[in-house]
Amino acid sequence: MFKMLDGNTSAVEAMKLARVKVIAAYPITPQSTISEKLSEIVANGEMDAKYIRVESEHTAMSACIGAALTGSRAGTATSSNGLALMNEMIVAASGIRAPIVMPVVNRAIATPWSLWCEHMDTMSQRDLGWMQFFTQNCQDVLDYTIAAYKIAENKDIMTPAMVCLDGFFLSHSMQKIDVPAQEKVDEFLPEYELTNSYLNPEDPMFVSNVVGMNDYTEVKYQQKYAMDNAFGVIENVFDEFEKQFGRKLNIIEEYKTEDADVVLVCMGSMTGTVKYVVDIMREQGKKVGMIKIVVFRPFPYKYIYEVLKDKKVIGVFDRNSCLGGQYPPVCTEVIAAMKGADADIRDYVGGLGGRDVNPANIEKIFNELLDIYNGSSDKHTNWIDLKENPMDSREVFKYV
Amino acid sequence: MYEIIKDSKGTLNHGISACAGCGMELLARCVFDVLGQDIIIVIPPGCAALLTGMGTESGIKAAGMMCNLENTASTCSGIRASLDAQGNDHTTVVGFAGDGGTLDIGLQSLSGMIERGDKVLYICYDNEAYMNTGIQSSSATPFLASTTTQPAGKPTVKKDLIGIAMAHEIPYAATASLHNIADLKKKIQKAKDTDGPSLLHVLIPCPTGWRSDPADTITLARAAVNTGVWVLYEYEDGEVTVNYKPKELKPIEEYISLQGRFKKVTDEEKKEMQKIVKKSYERKIAKLEK
Amino acid sequence: MQKQQEKHTKQLKKCRVLGPVATKFTGGNTGSWRLERPVVDFDACIKCGTCAMYCPTDVIEIDKNAKECVKIDYYYCKGCGICAKECPKKCISIVPERSEE
Ligand SMILES: Cc1ncc(C[n+]2csc(CCOP(=O)(O)OP(=O)(O)O)c2C)c(N)n1
Ligand code: SF4
Ligand code: SF4
Ligand code: SF4
Ligand SMILES: [Mg+2]
Repeated sequence: MFKMLDGNTSAVEAMKLARVKVIAAYPITPQSTISEKLSEIVANGEMDAKYIRVESEHTAMSACIGAALTGSRAGTATSSNGLALMNEMIVAASGIRAPIVMPVVNRAIATPWSLWCEHMDTMSQRDLGWMQFFTQNCQDVLDYTIAAYKIAENKDIMTPAMVCLDGFFLSHSMQKIDVPAQEKVDEFLPEYELTNSYLNPEDPMFVSNVVGMNDYTEVKYQQKYAMDNAFGVIENVFDEFEKQFGRKLNIIEEYKTEDADVVLVCMGSMTGTVKYVVDIMREQGKKVGMIKIVVFRPFPYKYIYEVLKDKKVIGVFDRNSCLGGQYPPVCTEVIAAMKGADADIRDYVGGLGGRDVNPANIEKIFNELLDIYNGSSDKHTNWIDLKENPMDSREVFKYV
Repeated sequence: MYEIIKDSKGTLNHGISACAGCGMELLARCVFDVLGQDIIIVIPPGCAALLTGMGTESGIKAAGMMCNLENTASTCSGIRASLDAQGNDHTTVVGFAGDGGTLDIGLQSLSGMIERGDKVLYICYDNEAYMNTGIQSSSATPFLASTTTQPAGKPTVKKDLIGIAMAHEIPYAATASLHNIADLKKKIQKAKDTDGPSLLHVLIPCPTGWRSDPADTITLARAAVNTGVWVLYEYEDGEVTVNYKPKELKPIEEYISLQGRFKKVTDEEKKEMQKIVKKSYERKIAKLEK
Repeated sequence: MQKQQEKHTKQLKKCRVLGPVATKFTGGNTGSWRLERPVVDFDACIKCGTCAMYCPTDVIEIDKNAKECVKIDYYYCKGCGICAKECPKKCISIVPERSEE
């Protein structure tokens, strides 16, 4: 059935279709309508779940871990400072192997205070044992969330997942969504069943006590093993999803890369803009292409390498500043993926604090990459949408 | 399912690595004794984590988990909601946390749990400092007690946990002391039977942190009550019952002289301490009985 | 939970569990910490059970019919001395470990 939904409501639909049993969510812009809508549909009986009106995101994730271990599919959603506050429990959830799926509405973390889109919140959590899926549109939000439950809860994976959607660009943008029927989802996603660790007085065990140095490494390695082997499961689940719902899900998506001289790698809602620019530049005879990364954790090294192995010039767009590091995170990963290949990889940062990633900037990136490809220039504009004189953006009167 | 390597009489193994004379260990035994096997216990870092063993080995023969320092109550809330969602109304969800994990870093989480009315039994074992990390002050450390972060003695008084819970109109809250095991166990049972959140605040003499003789653990628990340092009372459906009032308060000397943490207290300060203890005892009784 | 209860009717089986989980119930030989040990004068004992009630390690058994009416499991007893201090008859004495005997 088609419905007009924004990204947040698509996430809510997905959680409802997944029959989430315990919800603990705390409002934060731009996630707030997820918390509101969930409480509303639990209250009016549309959704059969317990809603815990928590007093913080830290509590939200704590409660979800407790619920997940006690046999209920648990759900929460957050954004920005909320995710930052959860940080400690993000590590706990993955370490305990609680397969929680959480939509995260990407927003910059204060300070500077900003309500708007950036990937800093999820990027700061990228190495903590959660899978991360970055969505491009509202249909993606619904689809990848439903798929994420099946991946996360796979007995060999048992790893939580974030489904990332760009604040406002997706969370508050109305789009036409194909919402699957409950029965179709029930066929696809089995009932939540605990087969790993659990809290059950009838079959007791003690979960998450101290692990000594004699076997901490091995217990941690189990998480790495799950991540390293997740792509097999992800591919299967994506195939099943396509069979069941008729929509193809991707680990990465290539767009006109085959004969491209230069390729830009990007993630999230901006990929729509990049595709649009690729089309325009192609009409001008410029051979440009794009890769959209959907699964950022685990990072699809092999998939990226396969597509880019013969490319000479690659740009990577990060919607996240990387302070003090050589390259921002997505670029770092692409460089690692391309180890051994003969590619000139350029890092671009932009779209911070909600700044629109507009076609002009994307075109500028492609032109720079093409100049590098042709040998006519070696420069690229690292912070692509930085205004002039950034150091003077505040001038105040002071007593000195 | 537990593989029994070395069995014990109760849910808690006899060979727990808590210090000799540890009051927390005795309290834990009473808790397990009363609650039985149909429980899910949540324990944060702190000395109680010693009960949970290490690696593949546990000292607790029941379903449970170790949470983080500040989220005992929140974790319990999630577990409760999950059991409720499955129609399980018989399993007791119990949090067992120290004063630091309760009154400092975990206060928000506890406040949320009580305010929402989540049916969880929360027990705060109060050894009056962060013992597991090396005897640093907490907000439950009493006036003039010396700790590793306030070696000269804490200049402020202890936070009132049950008072905070009462301000939430919690269905059941009580203080208890280890010298009166019957009273303690009765309160654990009452807390378990409460339809909603319940809170027990138990003063826990800690030989290591209080620098007291391990043999004095019960003596100290008794002295705390007889000197008026610790008041035994219950708050039930909005009504307070003071369970025990010494006919005459014993001088605090009987309590503090047994503890190294008060060794540096001068005679002058002792007088002030005595005054504060007496005044706060009288004020408390007056307030509770009004 | 439903599913887990069903499992109960099945046989116990060794399963791989991922992550930090403990299922071996055991404890340490805490008696080896002891510098002093409690020794009971059985003749003076009135079998009131006070010592057992307060023992933090729960290693005292009262057997009203035996001559050695108070049994202490020295494998775990930490020698804290609480039992001796609380005994109303003062019939438990604390003696140094490895004394002459
Ligand atoms: C967020 C966080 N900060 C600090 C710690 C370190 N820490 C572990 S236990 C503890 C003290 C706990 O004190 P309390 O709750 O009174 O328990 P006790 O050790 O006295 O039994 C601290 C500070 C931690 N585990 N987590
Ligand atoms: S430090 Fe105190 S509370 Fe902790 S185990 Fe030792 S005696 Fe018990
Ligand atoms: S407390 Fe003393 S009198 Fe009572 S049983 Fe123990 S040893 Fe005997
Ligand atoms: S000395 Fe302490 S541990 Fe040993 S039996 Fe007596 S009370 Fe128990
Ligand atoms: Mg403490």
